[in-house]
Amino acid sequence: MNPIPAVQVSGEKDIAGVEVKPEVKVEIQNLSFFYGRNQVLRNVSLDVPAYQVTAMIGPSGCGKTTLLRCLNRMHDLYPGNRYEGSVRLHPGGTDILGPGMDPIRVRMRFGMVFQKPNPFPKSIYENVAYGLRLQGMNKRRDLDERVEKALRESALWDEVKSRLHQLAHNLSGGQQQRLCIARAIATDPDVVLFDEPTSALDPIATSKIEELIVEMKKRVTVIIVTHNLQQAGRISDRTAFMYLGELIEFGETNRMFTNPAKPQTEDYISGRFG
Amino acid sequence: MGTLPANSRRLDKWVEGGMVWVLRFSGWASVLVTFGIVVTLVTESAPFFGHVPFRRLFTDTMWTPLFAEPQYGIGALLAGTLVTTGVALCVAIPLGTLLAIYLSEFAEPRFREVVKPMLELLSAVPTVVYGYFALLTLTPLLQKIYPDLPQFSMLSAGLIMGIMIIPYVTSLGEDSMRSVPMLLREGAFALGDGKLGVALRVVFPGAFSGLASAYVLAISRAVGETMIVAIAAGLQPRFTLNPLESAATVTAFIVQVSLGDLPHGSIGYQSIFAAGAVLFLMTLGFNLAGHALRRRFHRAS
Amino acid sequence: MLSVGDFIVLPSQNLRKQEARASRRRSIDRWFGRIGLLSTIGTLGVLAILLLNLAASGLARIDWQFLLSFPSRRAAEAGILSAWVGTILLMIVTASVAVPLGVAAGIYLEEYAAKNKWTDFIEINIANLAGVPSILYGLMALGLFVYQFRFGQSVLAGGLALACLVLPIVIVATREALRTIPAAIREAAFALGATRWQAVWHHLLPYSTGGIATGVILAMSRAIGESAPLITIGALTFIAFLPPAPILAQAPFMSFDWLFSPFTALPIQMFNWVSRPGEEFQSNAAAAGLFLMLITLGMNGVAILLRKHAQRNIKW
Repeated sequence: MNPIPAVQVSGEKDIAGVEVKPEVKVEIQNLSFFYGRNQVLRNVSLDVPAYQVTAMIGPSGCGKTTLLRCLNRMHDLYPGNRYEGSVRLHPGGTDILGPGMDPIRVRMRFGMVFQKPNPFPKSIYENVAYGLRLQGMNKRRDLDERVEKALRESALWDEVKSRLHQLAHNLSGGQQQRLCIARAIATDPDVVLFDEPTSALDPIATSKIEELIVEMKKRVTVIIVTHNLQQAGRISDRTAFMYLGELIEFGETNRMFTNPAKPQTEDYISGRFG
Repeated sequence: MGTLPANSRRLDKWVEGGMVWVLRFSGWASVLVTFGIVVTLVTESAPFFGHVPFRRLFTDTMWTPLFAEPQYGIGALLAGTLVTTGVALCVAIPLGTLLAIYLSEFAEPRFREVVKPMLELLSAVPTVVYGYFALLTLTPLLQKIYPDLPQFSMLSAGLIMGIMIIPYVTSLGEDSMRSVPMLLREGAFALGDGKLGVALRVVFPGAFSGLASAYVLAISRAVGETMIVAIAAGLQPRFTLNPLESAATVTAFIVQVSLGDLPHGSIGYQSIFAAGAVLFLMTLGFNLAGHALRRRFHRAS
Repeated sequence: MLSVGDFIVLPSQNLRKQEARASRRRSIDRWFGRIGLLSTIGTLGVLAILLLNLAASGLARIDWQFLLSFPSRRAAEAGILSAWVGTILLMIVTASVAVPLGVAAGIYLEEYAAKNKWTDFIEINIANLAGVPSILYGLMALGLFVYQFRFGQSVLAGGLALACLVLPIVIVATREALRTIPAAIREAAFALGATRWQAVWHHLLPYSTGGIATGVILAMSRAIGESAPLITIGALTFIAFLPPAPILAQAPFMSFDWLFSPFTALPIQMFNWVSRPGEEFQSNAAAAGLFLMLITLGMNGVAILLRKHAQRNIKW
């Protein structure tokens, strides 16, 4: 593979004043997004660091989910959508919005976990194997191995190993969501996108998912959209605050929650709107 | 002030009470129709089943109840129904499913809005017109490919019947595919699957009981279809499974006998009710199965 | 990059494989899109061919003489007068039975009936009735109306058979139309002191006329094209007279004798001509078929437009 390019995060200081220059995974530049004539994202630029958890927060309708869905080109599924700007995936720096870029290729490298658990009407095993099969893995032994690995990494293996071939719909909501995480990470994606993954879950299931996400960043870059500020505070390394389709502030989570630079951020974090 | 219009309220109460009974009767009228069908079929065919040994229905190989030496092999009629239905399904299930997938997963919504009602016109065409088309247009065309094809053939009737039942498969199938939640599709798209992959691997299994109910109801339609087979497949019962031959179906037999003079209580009269009873049982089975599947689908989604 | 953890086991050459798979899926999708479009056009094409075919051999036969003549042994002199008059009379009987009964049943099931096993039974029954082959309605009419009730092989027996046949269509359409009216409308009427029937009569029925009319038109178009049940009750195919007129010149000015008259109808006349050898009779069949097609497709077209119109006008 290519060596890591020397793209750097725009110099930013943590509390100690030491300049942090993490390696960049996804480089969003001047991204605008239009839904028909509506501009939903305005000129967003943001460098997502590798092997960290980046949270996107903001009041509903601010465009955080829209931004997330730009990254794996989900908007291409519906007519009337238009992107401007670029999103580069490092290393390599390919523009995933570039002309001729196939959304299917993009999606094979970005995993996604949705607001509500959405297991396929298939067995637990087949749910996890789905993406692997899509990527051309057909040998039963390879599949078995990778399915087990993904289920272990999503802390589900012990609960389901005896009933891998039962329908996924028999699992509880929290288990289903962990299954969806297993499905998303089974193919070793570069980035995993979480779209409010715990909004349909109870607190216990939520904390399990949060633990998983923190654990996961050792191996993969995570971007999570959440409406839950405490959740962003608990699990993310960096936070992006969006408002009305614009990126207002982006920085180290601890710093942003204690000492926001922009007044809107402060208002939102302190609960004055949204 | 303060007094309620008592008289008019009393009238309203009378009307209300009367209407409840009128409406309740109307609600039960449909049950009365079913009852009428069942009772008629049972009572009018009872003499037939009374004097024909049950065993002969299955051991005889010909169905000639009106002959001097009658044979009662109902298999001859069932074979005709089976073959024409089979041919029709060979057209309607693949093509209807293909169209359902295309309209639900590929076509632009506006295209779908225009095309779906147009496709439904296919099942609104009077069946006697389809019969004409099968006999006078399709059969001569098929004879150019296969010169030995007789003037009446189950193939020709079955093919046209297949066209007729396409909307049953497509319309119901498309409805059930579209009611599969978008979130499920997105899960598969997010893993990098293509549209056809999502349709076949996620939407199709998700909508399966809905589709299955569409298939079963289409089968029921084909089994009960009368005019196309009566016109184009021939009216002579014949024990054959070869679609290139002519043979009468259960329904065509009823038409053939009805066209002649049919005194009340004659053996011919009894025999068409016997055939009708068999037909009713078959379609009842398919209809109930189809609706059970459909209910299951609605509960699942 | 590859050394980070043991998580990444896919070798890097897999990137190229991924690319190949992605582009293959893309081209599969493109091909399927084309096949789907072609199949759609092809299937609709059958309808067009059918119409053109009928027009090609039947259009030349359509003139006043054809419309105003009785059937005849000589194809060139034959016409469809008794057939279309018979069809109209049948439809009068069918509509005047199926529409009130079907609408009332729809109102009962949607607005009055409690959700219990009896209602479930009626619903399953209606669903099943909609799938009963039309010829069985003919057998019922033959046993019940023709012989049991002694209506004979008459317009009345035929019209009643068709009314039973289309009853489920009217019921289902009425229920669907009523179901689109929000509960708040009913509650508003009740809050003003309306009885249930007043709510139905003053509000629910007027607001659902579009949907009900659509269903009634579809039901009638189905009935017009049906021939199997009529053949079964013994409708004659060769009728060289008209049923007695319903309106008389002198008192009592009205007569229902036509109800008990033998009859023929357009699809039966067509069936008769199709089964006769000879090209001239076949072009008569085509001409009758063209009529039938124009009537049924026209009615379906009106129903589609009406449904669109109703959907556009009322937004709850």
